[in-house]
Amino acid sequence: MTRRATTAFVCLGVSLLVVALSGCGEDSEGSAERKLSWFVAIQPGGTIEEVAARCSKESGGRYRVEPEFLPTDATQQREQLVRRLGAEDPSIDIIGMDVIWTGEFANAGWIEEWTGRQRQRAIAKVFQNVIETASFEGGLYAAPFNTNTQLLWYRKDLVKEPPRTWDEMIDLAEKLGREEAGTIQVQANRYEGFTVWANALIESAGTQLLSGPESVELAEGPATKALEVMGRFANSSAAPPSLSTSDEDTARLAFEAGESAFMTNYTFAYASAAAEAPDIAKKMGFARFPRVDPSRPSKPPLGGFNLAVSAFSDNKDVAFEAATCLAGRQSQLTAVELDGLPPSRSDLYADEVVTKAYPGFAELVKESIEGSGPRPTTPAYQDVTLAVQRTLHPPDKIDPADATSVYDELLEKLEDAVAREGVL
Amino acid sequence: MEAHAARHLGPISERTRSERRLAWLLCAPAVIAMLAVTAYPIAYAIVLSLQQIDLRFPEEGGFVGLDNYASVLSSDLWWTDLFNTAFLTVTTVAIELVLGMAIALVMHRAIFGRGVVRTAVLIPYGIITVVAAFSWQFAFSPDTGFVNNLPLIADDMDWFGGRFSSFAVIIMAEVWKTTPFMALLLLAGLVTIDRQLYEAAKVDGATAVQRFFRITLPLMKPAILVALLFRTLDAFRVFDTIFIMTAGAQDTESVSILGFNQLISRLNLGLGSAVSVLIFLCVLIIAFLYVRVLGTRVEEGRPVK
Repeated sequence: MTRRATTAFVCLGVSLLVVALSGCGEDSEGSAERKLSWFVAIQPGGTIEEVAARCSKESGGRYRVEPEFLPTDATQQREQLVRRLGAEDPSIDIIGMDVIWTGEFANAGWIEEWTGRQRQRAIAKVFQNVIETASFEGGLYAAPFNTNTQLLWYRKDLVKEPPRTWDEMIDLAEKLGREEAGTIQVQANRYEGFTVWANALIESAGTQLLSGPESVELAEGPATKALEVMGRFANSSAAPPSLSTSDEDTARLAFEAGESAFMTNYTFAYASAAAEAPDIAKKMGFARFPRVDPSRPSKPPLGGFNLAVSAFSDNKDVAFEAATCLAGRQSQLTAVELDGLPPSRSDLYADEVVTKAYPGFAELVKESIEGSGPRPTTPAYQDVTLAVQRTLHPPDKIDPADATSVYDELLEKLEDAVAREGVL
Repeated sequence: MEAHAARHLGPISERTRSERRLAWLLCAPAVIAMLAVTAYPIAYAIVLSLQQIDLRFPEEGGFVGLDNYASVLSSDLWWTDLFNTAFLTVTTVAIELVLGMAIALVMHRAIFGRGVVRTAVLIPYGIITVVAAFSWQFAFSPDTGFVNNLPLIADDMDWFGGRFSSFAVIIMAEVWKTTPFMALLLLAGLVTIDRQLYEAAKVDGATAVQRFFRITLPLMKPAILVALLFRTLDAFRVFDTIFIMTAGAQDTESVSILGFNQLISRLNLGLGSAVSVLIFLCVLIIAFLYVRVLGTRVEEGRPVK
């Protein structure tokens, strides 16, 4: 080759080498510092960034947590995660898991079990119900971070005493009349929020959807009662016109606009009203989620996020440590302060950070979580929720006088769902 | 095609053979790319559909033959969705054909601003389907949309609360979005018609309506059939609009959404692949019907007598 060509080749080779090797230099500043990717839903108040930064600093150079943000919609979060986990992607270290995914992810072998001392630290002082949402077949698979529950929010100026049961609430709303804010806001679009509502009604009536990961319960008496309440509400004047497409946001918007006197929604509703509609917030009262059966205490919905370690991570030991800090006491207080997310540790409810975020109803939130009726833990959860949505949506198809045909259909579809048969 | 093919009597010469080999070599990259990108996924989907695979239960699985197909074909949900998809396809394509023809005629006659008109007409087609679906959904929402404020429409009409009212909104959004495409394909057919035919017809005393039905339509038949074929195949695979507006609620689900639910929500790759293969077969049948039964040789552009 000519001299020129040789020189050109050498320069090209060297520059390529430099470019290639520069990519390796990232993590070598503190040679033991490991980068942990935390796949989690974004929180508007900034909790995630704050908590990740603090834990990285406190590790003293052992690890650095970098949040990778997922969409705010739970279904979309799951879609992004399962594709990667199904492909055994090693780039995920810590996962922010919605409570309903525990059974599915644990059974598929995508998350690591927590044992020994780490397990003890993760569940110290945590509500029993919440621990169960992070457990599967006796093992703990995630560290509880924040939880969530729904309260009944109502207009103190329109209603003197909060209703104790759904029937009472529907009566009160009908008496007020649709024009005078006589409607009840819930979440009844065809998505996970609908299953949350349906499950709360069924649990409050005294039965459950499933009695185990693969067995359907759904006792006929209480279940039909719950379905009849749902049907009565959906067919009455207390149902808002856009009931079948309502979600948490449309519900709170309508309540803040003064269109409804009642709303069942998560704890964020108070902070939202205080910020967006202070006049309504002044007249906002709170009570426990209404009963279905007057003789049984209601079982409010239970939500929340737990932190799990991916089974395909290359940094598992460090990830467990980091997740323990990220889900720990200080982080939970940050979550309450910045985003109004209820802590999963029951001893924090007397803390002034919590009482300030939930003025007057911190104790009510604690009680609601203790008495809540969680959704079933099963690997086939997606099938179960699709079955519930398909059978019960839109709720006005349920005949309030006789819900047996809908009950039969729901029972059949649930059996198919746990057997993972049939097309849903 | 037969008329143009070379007919050789006796053995082919060395030269012809090497020319043919060259032809194959030149085609090879394109063929390989097509095999990799289309044939392999289709074959893989067929293989998956014959197995019981669920990503959430990795220890299960195995060959189950046609069980997945039996599950799908015996479920009411599949047939409802197939009906929904067929209904939407037929309605949207019919409306688009009529509207598209009208727009094409107007564009053909435009004296000034032709370029601007033709570009402006394409704007809805250029908007991403998801964005358009959201816009239409917000417009028709009872709380925040403007449609309910129009006269003659009830203020609290819940468009997405009923099956056929939801269909109405979905059809409107789809028609708005793809009529421009149809109009452009039809315009391409319109410009090929010789003006002298019209003049001769006028001299013979034909009315505008007669000129349209006796001259324009028959001569545009190939263009119409190409446009219909493309649109029908596209409309059959409708997904985004329905997914955004109703997520398949109120029995408005289409077969694509059914496949999506089985594959992504339930991670049941066997069932989901069976649905996908069935959709593929339906699309093949539609294409076959168009090309065969309606009798146009698309590549030659001449109607077969």
